[in-house]
Amino acid sequence: MKTLNIIASAYRATVEEQDDPIVWICHAMKGAGAQVDVLLRGNAVNYAVRGQSAKGLAFGGWTQTQPPHLEHDIASLCNKGVAVHVMVDDVARRGLTGVPMVDGVRMVPGDALPALLAGYDRVWHW
Amino acid sequence: MTGKTTLTFALMDAPFESARSTTALRLLDIAAARGFDISVFAYEGAVMQTFALQRPHANTVHGRSAEEENHFLPKDAIAALFDAAKRHGGSLDWVNCGLCVDERGAGEAIAGVRRGTPADFWKMAEASHNTLVIPTRD
Repeated sequence: MKTLNIIASAYRATVEEQDDPIVWICHAMKGAGAQVDVLLRGNAVNYAVRGQSAKGLAFGGWTQTQPPHLEHDIASLCNKGVAVHVMVDDVARRGLTGVPMVDGVRMVPGDALPALLAGYDRVWHW
Repeated sequence: MTGKTTLTFALMDAPFESARSTTALRLLDIAAARGFDISVFAYEGAVMQTFALQRPHANTVHGRSAEEENHFLPKDAIAALFDAAKRHGGSLDWVNCGLCVDERGAGEAIAGVRRGTPADFWKMAEASHNTLVIPTRD
């Protein structure tokens, strides 16, 4: 069962979870043998941008030692054989055209979405 | 997969914060009334939906005692869904993401709920005719 996971809600609980919960569950399901791919759209296209850092969070004397590394988590998905698609239109809307992206992500224009989605048994819009 | 309709739902929202949660319960109620086999994977805050220590309270703004207020508690609605599914010849398999439970100290769930992992969600989805994810939104 080939499933495309569309991630649109960006930075949802990433500080608390130290990752994105949907990127994380894709890692976990892939590890369990699932055929999962990912499409980043909306604000979540920023997950594929290189050079992010969420370091330095501190509350009083408490310091976060393991901040989220979304760029790494996306690259790791690609390295596991998960196709990570990024909506070109949403990249352009956010002024990110030409910004370095994680190696391995696949840029997909909006008019190519119908064909892309048709290649999956299930599409889950998180 | 058998001929009987089997549906999987993934929920993410904590109770008392979003209409998505009660909408999900409405959908589950319809599926239960139709005798479907239903699987639910509660992810992140949704593990609190079945938290057994939910308690009703009085509401002075409403001018009602706890008994009069009869506060809606998701755990009670879900317990009723377990019964409804069984009564109509179907089933409800509710799995709470174990790590999400640990994060929240929400280990005390109502009867019928089991602890699981994303692998359970994948297995449920594979065994279902369709799957609906109802995620938390910004």
